[in-house]
Amino acid sequence: TGLAIAGRQAQAETLEPNSWDEITSYNNFYEFGTDKDDPKKHAHQMTITPWSVRIDGMVDRPGDYPIEQIMAAMTIEDRIYRLRCVERWSMVVPWSGFELADLLAMAGVQAGAQYVAFETLLRPSEMPGTRYNVIEWPYVEGLRLDEAMHPLTIMATGLYGKPLPKQNGAPLRLVVPWKYGYKSIKSVVRITLTDRQPPTAWNKYSATEYGFYSNVNPNVDHPRWSQKYEQRVGGGLFARKVETLMFNGYEAEVAELYEGMDLVKNH
Amino acid sequence: MTAVAQINALLRRIPVGAVYMICGMLPVWYLYLGLTGGLGPEPIKALEHELGELALNFLVAGLAVTPLRRFAGLNLLRFRRAIGLLCFYFLCCHLLVWLLLDLQILSEIWTDIVKRPYITVGMAAFLLLLPLAATSNDQSVRKLGPLRWRRLHRLVYPAALLGGLHYLLLAKGFRIEPLVYLGLIGVLIALRVPSLRSRMA
Repeated sequence: TGLAIAGRQAQAETLEPNSWDEITSYNNFYEFGTDKDDPKKHAHQMTITPWSVRIDGMVDRPGDYPIEQIMAAMTIEDRIYRLRCVERWSMVVPWSGFELADLLAMAGVQAGAQYVAFETLLRPSEMPGTRYNVIEWPYVEGLRLDEAMHPLTIMATGLYGKPLPKQNGAPLRLVVPWKYGYKSIKSVVRITLTDRQPPTAWNKYSATEYGFYSNVNPNVDHPRWSQKYEQRVGGGLFARKVETLMFNGYEAEVAELYEGMDLVKNH
Repeated sequence: MTAVAQINALLRRIPVGAVYMICGMLPVWYLYLGLTGGLGPEPIKALEHELGELALNFLVAGLAVTPLRRFAGLNLLRFRRAIGLLCFYFLCCHLLVWLLLDLQILSEIWTDIVKRPYITVGMAAFLLLLPLAATSNDQSVRKLGPLRWRRLHRLVYPAALLGGLHYLLLAKGFRIEPLVYLGLIGVLIALRVPSLRSRMA
């Protein structure tokens, strides 16, 4: 299975995770501000109990699913993944969570559904960054159904075996390790199955810079910077850059999803 | 004595050398922070941004000297050369961090300058400021004569606009700060336009 392959690859390269401090103090979560340390400073204002996820659209059992019900039904496992931000920094994160496919199965995906749309909580009273439109709120993201069902695609609920900190997208967030970080939408309140490609937050802001797919690809430059290299966070002032890997190093697992597609056009 | 006169009296007692000394230490301070974790887990970009912002702040401060004297009576003229030279010094530090710590791969330099508009614009601002820094001494003023010297130093206006544009172009998402800088620079330059100046005064 994909998981076994991912496991093998992770073993072969012995991914060394970033520290808890690094992962929880260097974040992009613009609802709490645009500086990297803003989420850590302000995310405590976000109420996460009670929390439920509305699953609707082309599903057999639409409804508001309380987080407790989801957690009770899912199998939580650890996944050590690379995270590559479109801004050219990267980390290795030891997530825990469950496969998105299992959650979608719980709601029953109907035939004809082709895409999955996601939405982040928008609660301006608890999110100081939403006072003006850095991008259009609420933050929305989307995946093709086969990407969403891929065994590497998880909903993360924990970090280093502890509950997910708020600045990292508590209580549950998407993690798609072969795409740029902004695809991995945080603090999800809604998941909608649809037959149309859903709008995505950064694509709405600038379609030439941020495509729907946003697969990590060292051969397709961002219009304002090259994507050939990345800076691993945590190496200090004199850290060397490393080469960015195709599909962020998950090429063996996911390349077949995009067979025959023009990856420049569908960036 | 009015408040402005009091401030002016206070300013007269500050030796210009102290301004060079104290402000000159700022990049060293940021470097120290970067080495000791004070700039967060990714200090390279943080250091680069701090130095760039420092340069931009001093560019705005330099532009504000004349209007502050004309419209508020505040006399910072003694510090203007120091402000300008410090700005250029911060800019050099900013550029060095970009070259040595951030970019690293030397073959990427030219591609970056040509292909990335915000780097093209930033580099242009640096080049415009280069002759100004080189002629910020008494000898050059004498050699050029005050008229030509002043005309040359008008290059600071396009340089400042390019500096503000550089910040705007590299921002991700709709951001207030670069617009504030650009607005401020625009107003400070507009105050130099003779017809506007007379209307304000």
